[in-house]
Amino acid sequence: MPKKITIEPVTRVEGHGKVTIHLDDNMNVVQSRLHIVEFRGFERFIQGRPYWEAPVLVQRLCGICPVSHHLAAAKAIDMLVGAGNGEGLTATGEKMRRLMHYGQIFQSHSLHFFHLVSPDLLFGIDADPSVRNIIGVAMENKDLAVQGVMMRKFGQEIIEATAGKKIHGTGAIPGGINKNLSIAERNRFLDGKAFPNVDQMIEWSLGALDFFKDYHKKNKDLIDNFAAFPSSHLSLVRKDGALDLYHGVLRAVDAEGKVILHDVDYRDYLDSIGEEVRSWTYMKFPYLKKYGKKNGWYRVGPLARMNTADFIPSPLAQKEFEQFRAYTHGKPNNMSMHMHWARLIEILHAAEMMKELLHDPDLQGEDLVVTGSRQFEGIGLLEAPRGTLFHHYRINEQDQITMANLIVSTTNNNEPMNRAVASVAKDYLTGQEKITEGMLNAVEVAIRAYDPCLSCATHALGKMPLEITLLDSKDQILDKKRN
Amino acid sequence: MKEFVTITIDDQEIKARPGEFIVDAARRNGIYIPTLCNMPGVKPAGSCRICTINVNGRLMTSCTTPVAEGMEIETISKEIEDFRKAVVELLLVEGNHFCPACEKSGTCELQALGYRLEVMAPRFPYQFPKRDIDAGNPKLVKDHNRCVLCKRCIRTILDEEGHHIFAFRYRGHQLQITIDPEYGMNMTDELAQKAAKNCPVGALLYRGKHGFEIPIGKRKYDKEPIGSDIEKLKKVKTS
Ligand code: SF4
Ligand code: FES
Repeated sequence: MPKKITIEPVTRVEGHGKVTIHLDDNMNVVQSRLHIVEFRGFERFIQGRPYWEAPVLVQRLCGICPVSHHLAAAKAIDMLVGAGNGEGLTATGEKMRRLMHYGQIFQSHSLHFFHLVSPDLLFGIDADPSVRNIIGVAMENKDLAVQGVMMRKFGQEIIEATAGKKIHGTGAIPGGINKNLSIAERNRFLDGKAFPNVDQMIEWSLGALDFFKDYHKKNKDLIDNFAAFPSSHLSLVRKDGALDLYHGVLRAVDAEGKVILHDVDYRDYLDSIGEEVRSWTYMKFPYLKKYGKKNGWYRVGPLARMNTADFIPSPLAQKEFEQFRAYTHGKPNNMSMHMHWARLIEILHAAEMMKELLHDPDLQGEDLVVTGSRQFEGIGLLEAPRGTLFHHYRINEQDQITMANLIVSTTNNNEPMNRAVASVAKDYLTGQEKITEGMLNAVEVAIRAYDPCLSCATHALGKMPLEITLLDSKDQILDKKRN
Repeated sequence: MKEFVTITIDDQEIKARPGEFIVDAARRNGIYIPTLCNMPGVKPAGSCRICTINVNGRLMTSCTTPVAEGMEIETISKEIEDFRKAVVELLLVEGNHFCPACEKSGTCELQALGYRLEVMAPRFPYQFPKRDIDAGNPKLVKDHNRCVLCKRCIRTILDEEGHHIFAFRYRGHQLQITIDPEYGMNMTDELAQKAAKNCPVGALLYRGKHGFEIPIGKRKYDKEPIGSDIEKLKKVKTS
């Protein structure tokens, strides 16, 4: 009799998800789906609010990467006040925002790698969940755990110095920024007195890369084959093809590396990208219009960015990038677990960029805001830690928002995550009668590679609060298990 | 008329000017009585009741009660503190006050009172009233969700010819602030800015300058709780 397995909630991803796996009479996987059951409705309740509230209001979507929403909204609002589209700000305005963004990338990626992923790597997917967590990491590898905590802290301190608060600040305002970086504030990141300095961050980023590469060498099969599948990749790149997390043009490549979206001005995103709604989940499915709903899906995030960019404009990360690209002989890398490698290269890049910016006297500039003539439509995109983030607003003559459209990174990765779950479900579950902890976690590990932010919520520490439900073809519950 | 009257506030003997309101006499002597609808120098409205004190055994609003010879006043006690806290809680549940996205956060007097009086979770149920934003005025955006009906705008914002720009309309729980369609349209930037500044909450927003332009850390109540400026007077006096 066909059966359905439900994994709920998925742990160590940001938020909650529910996975269902349908089995047929012979215990073959016939269908697997990642359901998103939260609906936050921001696009609706922002309507009527004055446009200048958007950067502060919308960031509440998320407690994990609010800065990304804050800045994407600010870039859209820049357009509304006639301050260009991500390029028209003063040097201080743009560089303060960039510093904030690199701080965000650095802290979010560090959190993900050290707290959420390293337990799987250190202890293995099948390990006892009571040790397979950050506490376990601290017991086993104290240095790694401490570095993770300190790197996260460094990123958050950068955010506080630029946005005013570690979470949900107000730094970016229409047309610029509300503060510069004083010499005293800057020195905290350089002198290493209050916390390890930026040079230490670069060193630890390199160390984390070494840790991963060493692990990769010893676990080639897992890292190269786990949840691997071909796909297109999409991200912003700088106009000259460089990796740029704050601003650029839209580029997509297919699984073979052919450019299929040619450096498009992101204000025209609606010409290239559509969104499909499916009945069983609240999360939409974006796709490249040219290739249709079925084939137009793509991946975003660190892996996609490594595949779309031509180079990385910071020397140490560029070296790592070259190794990364050489591994697949210059072809796009389609291995889900290489997402972690890509993420670590970005951690290094962010650290290098923070160092460069901290030494830039423009950050002490006084010219913070520009204004121009009013527009009624604003679009802002950037590369959030988890991938391309779209913010789009329209306002009326009274400054009130009349329309908001947000495509968040995790939504862009909706189809890829479903594919990853399907691929793992087939490998691990087909033909099995018994469901082991390790097998279920394998599904989670596949989802976790995408670092999905399913909504803002805390994640469980330690033992997986799992509920598994087995259902037959008539959706009758056959069995229910809780650990 | 006597040059001054003697009153006792919290066991401290104070010389007050005849006709002076208790809240002002206290303020001059470094004693902070929390207020919300009151503004020094402006005719009191007595609408919020936060300044409630005990005068000769009776609860009264200190912003509307003039001093009188021999008054025994208690400004702080468990009962009074709890009463004030309840008033702030009522205001918080009665409107839609979402500090996280409000540009007045950090300079909002209602929020500052909430912090100072240690309001954690209101004891009353949230009303979540359905209220709108009125963005029809070219200088100001009016957010009825946040208005506490203190009348500060009505009392302090007059044009050069003495016309009131703000008024109340409707009754009961529908009572709301309205901007005069004629005088409001011709409001100067200075006056609009003053209105936004005098509003203790984020109900009047000036389009030309947004609260978010002040970085966190530099906002009025970021460094010290509301009332600290008044209490400092006392410290200077006694030291
Ligand atoms: S708009 Fe502001 S100043 Fe006017 S009554 Fe409402 S809260 Fe008071
Ligand atoms: S301050 Fe006295 S009643 Fe409002």
